[in-house]
Amino acid sequence: MFKRLGDTGATLTLSVDGKPIRARIGDTVASAMLHAGIDHCRTTPVSGAPRAPYCLMGVCFECLVTVDGVGSRQGCLVPVREGMKIETQIGKREAGR
Amino acid sequence: MMAADYDVAVVGGGLVGVATAWGLSREGLKVVVLDEGDRAVRASRGNFALVWVQSKGLGLAPYAGWTIRSSNAWSGFSDLLKQETGLDVCFQRPGGFTLALSERELENRAATLKRLREQPGMVDYKIDMLDHDQVKRMLPDIGPEVVGGSYCALDGHVNSLRLFRTLHGALNARGVTYLPSHRVDNITREGGEFQLATPHGTITAGKVALAAGNANMRLAPMVGLECPMKPERGQIVVTERLRPFLNHPVVTLRQTDEGTVMMGDSKEESIDPTGLTLGVSATEASRAVRMFPLLKSANVVRTWSAIRVMTQDGFPIYDESETHPGAFTVCCHSGVTLAANHALTVAPMIARGTLDKSLVAPFSARRFHVQAAG
Amino acid sequence: MNAADLAPSYDLVVIGGGPAGLAAAATAARAGLATVLFDENPGVGGQIYRGITANPVRNRAILGDDYWAGAALATETKNSGALIVTGATVWSLDRTLTVGISIAGQARLLQAKRVIIATGSLERPFPIPGWTLPGVMTAGGAQTLLKAQGLVPSGRTVMAGSGPLLWLLAAQILRAGGKLEAIVDTGSKANWLRAAMYLPDFLLSPYFKKGLALLREVKAKALIIPGRQIAAIGTDKLREVDVDGRRLPADLLLLHQGVVPNVNLANAAGVAHRWDKRQLCFVPLLDQDFQSSVPGIAVAGDGAGIAGGTAAAERGRIAAIAAVRALKPGANVPDPQTARQRLQQEELGRAFLDELYRPIEALRQPEGDTIACRCEEVTAQQIRETARLGCEGPNQMKAFLRCGMGPCQGRLCGLTVTELIANERGTTPDEVGYYRLRPPVKPITLAELASIPISEAERKAVER
Repeated sequence: MFKRLGDTGATLTLSVDGKPIRARIGDTVASAMLHAGIDHCRTTPVSGAPRAPYCLMGVCFECLVTVDGVGSRQGCLVPVREGMKIETQIGKREAGR
Repeated sequence: MMAADYDVAVVGGGLVGVATAWGLSREGLKVVVLDEGDRAVRASRGNFALVWVQSKGLGLAPYAGWTIRSSNAWSGFSDLLKQETGLDVCFQRPGGFTLALSERELENRAATLKRLREQPGMVDYKIDMLDHDQVKRMLPDIGPEVVGGSYCALDGHVNSLRLFRTLHGALNARGVTYLPSHRVDNITREGGEFQLATPHGTITAGKVALAAGNANMRLAPMVGLECPMKPERGQIVVTERLRPFLNHPVVTLRQTDEGTVMMGDSKEESIDPTGLTLGVSATEASRAVRMFPLLKSANVVRTWSAIRVMTQDGFPIYDESETHPGAFTVCCHSGVTLAANHALTVAPMIARGTLDKSLVAPFSARRFHVQAAG
Repeated sequence: MNAADLAPSYDLVVIGGGPAGLAAAATAARAGLATVLFDENPGVGGQIYRGITANPVRNRAILGDDYWAGAALATETKNSGALIVTGATVWSLDRTLTVGISIAGQARLLQAKRVIIATGSLERPFPIPGWTLPGVMTAGGAQTLLKAQGLVPSGRTVMAGSGPLLWLLAAQILRAGGKLEAIVDTGSKANWLRAAMYLPDFLLSPYFKKGLALLREVKAKALIIPGRQIAAIGTDKLREVDVDGRRLPADLLLLHQGVVPNVNLANAAGVAHRWDKRQLCFVPLLDQDFQSSVPGIAVAGDGAGIAGGTAAAERGRIAAIAAVRALKPGANVPDPQTARQRLQQEELGRAFLDELYRPIEALRQPEGDTIACRCEEVTAQQIRETARLGCEGPNQMKAFLRCGMGPCQGRLCGLTVTELIANERGTTPDEVGYYRLRPPVKPITLAELASIPISEAERKAVER
């Protein structure tokens, strides 16, 4: 859905549901997932419908993902780091995660 | 004499008002509900949704029996609503807890329950004092700071916002007239009927039921009654939706059927509904994570404050007017717990035109004079 | 920067690091106020200058000169002495000017003598069938990906809506080598009639020449089709876009119909708002120095009503000068008249743009099972039916349907809900009003909330 403009920035690797994806320094979790072609980042706690990043500016809360074990993080506001473990969030968040 | 517009006018469109109006409509009466607008100070939008028994009645023993009556009627009440509207208000009665975070809190709790039980005329029902291990068997996620608590099998909870919407929907389907932004400014009685003056004209009705919460203090004297009130502010903190982890409501913390976790039960004297004391929210949050440490990372999506409907002694007021026959007060805190009583017991009494003293005599506002004289 | 490293109080707390916040912080700090600026993004710039301090887009022509003008402002602020804290979320603000901040999972309360809210705007809700599907995004979102991460749409991309930003983004995507299948123009011919009376002013405004050039650039390279009814089609993700019954295969649909003030923080702080009939949104009630109804709180930038990035900076300067004059009457500040004149020049063409790009009713007031509240999945029909029950406003509606109760706290449904109720009741949005918002305006964890200071009285209000 998105391609990278030129070859800027150093690359790093993170995982989404256990699968490695490449990202750039300067990416957010949401932009890295979009660039990797990941369809959706969560399913809703109400109906289970799939959702993907929508506003990319921190207001819509559609890009909620689990980052390094902490659920409901706004993917568009979290800068990527080497080795980061991202999980798509399925339905309601589990208490304690 | 002109016929009145309605058989009965219910003043107040909160939970007490709509539960009463629904019951009146079931009795076959032509009912109007007069309500304030969207910015009304409304406890029905800010309550904690417990259908709660344990510790009710300290200071007025008959209140315990009245509460148990409603708690017992709740299941049937929710079934009736479901049959009528198709909506499930998610009433559950799994038994509830009060948790203590220190030995002192646990001692206070035991002492309170002892005083409650020792009251003359007190209905007997079972409340157990439990230690940490006993609580943990039923609430496996409690933290080490929970020293124990009390448990009562009669306690439950409900989706109170859905209850509110369901009752409004049911009233609409029954043809009850609902008039928002009709704040009642004055009530008179002439020619055997009541005239209720509102900014949008005067409504006439054969009977009047005052269910306007703290505003009953202003309205009751217009019909020869009184409702001495002492409103207070409560605050609630609520989290995002979480997977179910808590099978029993705690008096200060519950997980809703939708998954959100609510924390509450604060009391402040302030009656500013727009204000909010962050330190009070913080205390609720702090106690919540001490009780259930797995909640630490749960996101708070909202806090709010609401003004409790509270009579001066905290107990309900049900009265009928001697000077203005046909005028009644239905005024109380715990509008969720008592909703079944209001719909199924109080409303039929109002429809008949007289309160059943064997059930509600202890709740007359006359008690304030007895106490004052004594 | 950790939350613990912040001072307990500041003369001025500026919330938001877009043009208004940057200009305000620079002006105040240079005049000697102890100033802190918080922004929740990884870098300053706001949405308009997103990524300005670390931009991966080397070819400056892609984003254009207006974008790069933000670099000077960011540098000015950095050198002004203001403390700039990014990755910092302001979650609470009240009448006592206590500011709740969260940085890297640590919450803190600070005391401000003055506050300037510069939280800018967000895109107007675009509630059409299927707008929650993966593959549907805001145009602003795609622009953010371009500015901050150098990402360009690569699949079959359709844009739809109206407004200057839509055309700007189209131009930027095309310059960056992206392809657009079509741009669905939802503009209304009737808007031209209303806009015409403001045309003389617009001809004098800096937007006239720029806008015309932009339109020409896009129209030369992209297929423009008019549309009134738009739907995103798909089950698991976007497959097609339906435009008045015509199906366009698509992987990405970018929606935009203007921007509106992001009122959440100001609303929660108790700032009074009014409905703006021309911009079709709530705006704070402000005086000429952008001071709100809450003493000590100003709202600058697009949060004060939409006027664009250059105007936002001037508003930030004016608000900051007022703060300096209040706190340090002897301090040397620029003459606000200069800023006011520049602001007036910037605002000159606004009425024309507002009228010309006024989003059509069909795309603001949905029907049927189109979702209005994305978080709680509440449909337009549910809202309309509940309004017909006698539910007069958004606060009762929220209690009945849970709309606005999710994590976005009404940001993506508030205007829709207000307009739908007004439509059903046959009254005005001003009469209907808006959600009453409460802290935290952005979620914080229970542990964070539990960590803020608690007085003995506050503790006793809960413990028994």
